[in-house]
Amino acid sequence: MTIRSQDVLRLSIPVGLAAAAAVVPVEAAAGGLSGAQFQWPTGPELLRVLTFQDYNTRVVIIGTTLLGLAAGLVGTFLLLRKRALLSDAISHATLPGIALAFIVMSLVWGNGKHLLGLISGAAVFSVVGTASVMFIQKYSRLKDDAAMGIVLSVFFGFGIALMGLATRMQSGNAAGLSSFIYGKTASMLFFDAMLIAVTALAAIIFCMLFFKEFALICFDADYGATQGWPVTRLDFLMMSLVVVVTVIGLQAVGLILVVALLIIPAAAARFWTFSLRHMLWLSGCFGALSGMLGSGISALMANLPAGAVIVLTASTLFLFSMTFGSARGVLKLVVERYRLRKRIASENLLRDLYEWFENVRPADGAAAVEFQRQGPRIADLLARRSWSSRQLLRTVKHLTASRDLTIDAGHRLLFTDQGVQAAKAIVRKHRLWEAYLVAHADVATGMVDLSADRIEHVLDEEIIGQLERLFPSVNPKELPKSPHALASWQGAV
Amino acid sequence: MLTLVKRPFENEHPDQVGPDEIPLWVNDLTVAYHRKPVLWDVDLSLPEGQLIAVVGPNGAGKSTLIKAVLGLVPRASGAVSIYGRPYESQRRLVAYVPQRESVDWDFPVNAMDVVAMGTYRQIGWLKPVTRRHRRKALEELEKVGMAAYAKRQISQLSGGQQQRVFLARALAQDARIYFMDEPFAGVDVATERAIIALLKELKSAGRTCVVVHHDLQTVPSYFDHVVLLNMRVVDSGPINRVFTEENLKKTYGGKLTLLSQALHEYAQDPRLPSGERQV
Repeated sequence: MTIRSQDVLRLSIPVGLAAAAAVVPVEAAAGGLSGAQFQWPTGPELLRVLTFQDYNTRVVIIGTTLLGLAAGLVGTFLLLRKRALLSDAISHATLPGIALAFIVMSLVWGNGKHLLGLISGAAVFSVVGTASVMFIQKYSRLKDDAAMGIVLSVFFGFGIALMGLATRMQSGNAAGLSSFIYGKTASMLFFDAMLIAVTALAAIIFCMLFFKEFALICFDADYGATQGWPVTRLDFLMMSLVVVVTVIGLQAVGLILVVALLIIPAAAARFWTFSLRHMLWLSGCFGALSGMLGSGISALMANLPAGAVIVLTASTLFLFSMTFGSARGVLKLVVERYRLRKRIASENLLRDLYEWFENVRPADGAAAVEFQRQGPRIADLLARRSWSSRQLLRTVKHLTASRDLTIDAGHRLLFTDQGVQAAKAIVRKHRLWEAYLVAHADVATGMVDLSADRIEHVLDEEIIGQLERLFPSVNPKELPKSPHALASWQGAV
Repeated sequence: MLTLVKRPFENEHPDQVGPDEIPLWVNDLTVAYHRKPVLWDVDLSLPEGQLIAVVGPNGAGKSTLIKAVLGLVPRASGAVSIYGRPYESQRRLVAYVPQRESVDWDFPVNAMDVVAMGTYRQIGWLKPVTRRHRRKALEELEKVGMAAYAKRQISQLSGGQQQRVFLARALAQDARIYFMDEPFAGVDVATERAIIALLKELKSAGRTCVVVHHDLQTVPSYFDHVVLLNMRVVDSGPINRVFTEENLKKTYGGKLTLLSQALHEYAQDPRLPSGERQV
């Protein structure tokens, strides 16, 4: 009895350690965080890393840069095919593959830490994982997210269990196996970097070769199928590239974080461009930059794990892109909205002013509107709309600055020639839309002004062309009278 | 089942399934989604060089008919032939205009890129889109009045303009038979007019157009031939013969829902075999 309990005790200690090693980041367990000494790099250190003098650093940086490039390219198609989440399932499914490959190799050769063998196991299981997702999608009526959630967690759990077994084995030297979960670039050898480089190059070449085909099935797979493209096989190829990038990225960034390298650069690139080709290259550059800066920074600061820094670098690029992106960045949207509001205010003022002149047309019935007469004061305009005096003053300032308006000595507004043309154009849009509403939409004449007030700012050339054909009487030389009374001006005249 | 259909034409061509001169010939087609039949025993033979409307209530299987012909949904049974051969060997004769909502228009390409996709089959594997194909794409955009929008990102186009881009893409395929799924759905006046003009032009060039259509009022003025569909083909033929009140009542009236209901019940019952032929 006593012997037995001692055995149990002896056994339970390594098991407990193994469990701890499996769930705690290796870097943290290695004592970095407990030491809590954060050292800034010294000058010579900095120089050494930046000039690639250190052999090990050179290997790591080249490896992660190429990995980032490949992940950025492949990730673009993954994102556009709307399979971003599937890559998460794929990467988690690699863990049992790694553990199983390790166990088998340990039993056969006595040493399980052969990288090629490990990543082959990972690749096989990621394919099994993908197939499981597709199987569940096809034969149960579960939604995609549920199918991926199930596969992801089941495979990961299975992998953790196998890892526990692997670390308990006598032979095989399992230390460091769990670095595949969180990544550990420091353990990267020249051979590993070469492996990454070759595979990354292959992925890049495939992305270039199949650019047209991948773009087609990402945009409209059904249409591609009617043309006779083998959509399933192209999909398979695309997902194989994802698997390859995931598997070679395991060692560098770990299976939890490799997803970030696939998705984030592509998502960031989307903010800068509306062209697929540009998006592809930009995403590749973002990925490469993340890999390079991430592993560089990590090499400089002893306690920062590279995988995490790479992902944080990528997210910084993402945040920057989201804010400043030239195609659809937040800042650009804000600026555009501001510009639109400014334009609408200007157009409103121009039209109001035009209608003012129209309304004070001489009583003898002269056809032409006289713009040489005195215009309204700002106070007159203020009552016309629900705008604050600040808004109105700002708009007046814009329009005088752009030489559409002038203010005379009596503080009255006057059109310039250019201003008259601009005002006529906007009044014409307004009248065209009003005429259309009255004639074809059965809107009462009293109600059309409000609708036209909003629509006139967004009518594009094509719609205006159609309206012109419908109402030739609304010509730019001589605008017809408004279909309704310009009520609010009556008092001012 | 296929052998049954093949027999009369067997001697002419090994893969002959239907009459040579008929653009679309469908025999005994049944399609089911999750065991529930959507199309049941459809027989069709459409004339060449005409504008053909496929009309029927919601859920009648109009889109499914086109998708089944094009092999996008699996056929439970039946045969389809395009000019006498299976669709798979006649792809270059066929162009497809899917429903506008079937794709994500927030995709990073411009109108010309989308139209150029119509030439991808001609370009072939791995080769890039060249200037010649882009010129071709621009020509097709011109035909639908969209040349000015060639460089515009597709999410910035209106619904009607997007529809015209899809039409231009199909035109770029230089096909003999065009399948269009609801091209008139939710489009503006200009687009509707552009599509009608295009259909007429295709007709005068001898092309056949099969158009899923939802607006019964415009059927007689836009089309020559109509297929009334509600799970089965109620009738198919020239407008003046087929487009009658009685036929429409049959297509849209309540009687056929009984069929649909019964088949639905059948599909729900897991004890029964899934082959629809036993119904």
